[in-house]
Order: sequence, then C-alpha cells, then structure tokens
Amino acid sequence: MDIITQTKARFSRFLAAFFRKRRARIGIYGPPNAGKTTLANRIVRDWVGETIGVVSEIPHETRRASRKTDIRIMDASGDSITIDIVDTPGVTTKIDYKDFLEYGLEREEAVQRAREATEGVAEAMHWLREDIDGVIYMLDSTEDPFAQVNIMMVGIIESRHLPVLIAANKIDLPDAMPQRIRMAFPQHPVVPISCVGGQSVEDLYTKMVQHFG
Amino acid sequence: MVKGIQIDLISAERLSKMTTMEKIHLILDNVRSGTIVVLEKGLSPEEQSALIEMTMNEILPDGFNGIEIETYPSREESPGFIARLMGRTGPESRLTVIGPANQLRMIRKDRDLISAWISTR
Repeated sequence: MDIITQTKARFSRFLAAFFRKRRARIGIYGPPNAGKTTLANRIVRDWVGETIGVVSEIPHETRRASRKTDIRIMDASGDSITIDIVDTPGVTTKIDYKDFLEYGLEREEAVQRAREATEGVAEAMHWLREDIDGVIYMLDSTEDPFAQVNIMMVGIIESRHLPVLIAANKIDLPDAMPQRIRMAFPQHPVVPISCVGGQSVEDLYTKMVQHFG
Repeated sequence: MVKGIQIDLISAERLSKMTTMEKIHLILDNVRSGTIVVLEKGLSPEEQSALIEMTMNEILPDGFNGIEIETYPSREESPGFIARLMGRTGPESRLTVIGPANQLRMIRKDRDLISAWISTR
C-alpha cells in the first residue's frame, strides 16, 4: 500500500470515528406495574426473537435496569432505526415492604424485595441522568396519569431535552381511558397500546422510527 | 398530652439561598421526623431527581418508607425573551407539599387547590 493510499485510509477512519453517532439508548420509564417489561419483551421478541425480563403482578418485579442492544425496528414504509432498549425499574417516591406481604411474600422476602426496589429506583434515575438518549414513558390507561410522580418524571425528562413518547398501555381493559393521558401530557405524542394483546404496537413502532430516528 | 403534627412553611426567599443538597437534606430530615414541609416555591427538575434518589437511600424496613409529594400544576405559558435570556426556559415551579408517605394522603388536586389528609403516627 503506497503512502497516499495509507493516508487516505487513515483519514477515512478518523472521519468515520469523528462522525459516528452512538446508537441511541431508549429507556422505558414509568411507575411500577405500568407494563414496562412487557413492552420491552414485546419489542425484543418482535425484532430479535428473545425476551429481556420476567413479568409479575407483584410491583417492583424489575429491580435492575437491563439493556438489549442492536434492535432494528422498521415501520410499514421500510424506514428503520437501530437502538438499544433499556428496561428500567418502576419509579416511585415510596416503597413499603408491607405492601408485598399482600401478595403472599414472607416478611424476609418482602424486606429484601423492598431494599432491591429502592436501589432499582435510584439506578433508574442514574441511567436517566447519564446514559439515556430517548424515553418511552409507559402509563397504565386505567390509572390516574396526573399522579405527581408522572408529572415529576416527565418534567425531569423534558429538562434533559430528551425526546419522549408516551405509551398509554392496557387499552384492552374495560376502564382504560387513554384520552386522560393525552389531556395530562398534550405536549408529547401519546400512543394507546396493549402490550399483552399486541393492539396498536405497530403504531408505536412507527412513532419510534419517526421520533427517535 | 395533645398529639399534633408539625408543619414547616418555607419561604421562596429562604429556598433561593440554599443549594440543591441543602434543600434535599432540609426536606428529608424534616419529613423523616414526621414534619410536613410546604415549599412556597417548588423544586427544579434536577432537584426533584435528586430528591427521589436520596429518598430511596433513606428508606428502612419498619421505619421511613418514603415521601408523598404534591405540587400545583406548572403554568404553561412559555417564558418571554428576558426569561430565556436569564436562563429560565422551563415551566415555573409552584407551591409544593411534602410529607411522610405513611402519614400524608393527597385527597384532591386541582389547578389551584391541593387537599391533603394528615394522620398522627
């Protein structure tokens, strides 16, 4: 290889390294039991054929953030994005181990779960501060979207100038009211979905390509 | 002996002289001891983020189990040119009530009304 070719190759590598954009890390945030892990599992299963975490009716099943890399999502027109998905523990301002006893857990197990859950919330906040490029904020359509923790979290995400998509989950349930979520957060796109039934998940993928691409 | 609840109302002027960590410690030290804290001016998003993290660090089994927090909705008007020039780009934070999660329950919140119920321990 002559000196001109070597110099060109080195310059090309320099330019590629300089302009290479890190793959966007999209965090799935929201209160406990909104369906964050169910959505993460659906995305990963639909596009990679795997799962990311265990789902449970007991709050705070996800107590550590977990990441799945290199997920290529395509919309109906063929446009695509490649992202990392980060499933995060549910964010709250209070955790009482006694709440877990109602689900049949022994005291020791409930205390341990509560301790891990507090660490998980702190970890989720840390990821948001350091390592997240965009957010899917997951809400249960049957719950009050005006809960203070949601208002605070969306405000925190906005203050970091991160793109936000709001997923209004559980629209398959009879008392779902996704329109209340639209009223609560008119400044952000809201996509009503059912992660369990798969309703309108394609719409979410289209919005993800548009919003995070 | 008459049982009661202490309520501390902290002025915007006092808050403006405090750093983030001073505010967080003031809130959590008071709330852990059962005091209801009312901030005349609310916390910034960064301060709210720090408050959530610090609260989680303080939770103990059969002890402090977190906070209940409520604030008036932000006013949505976009800041004017001068406000943007001064670096204020977000919505204005408003009166905020914070208390122990096992004593303070929010009953109702409207645009200009927060109704709360406080129990003795």
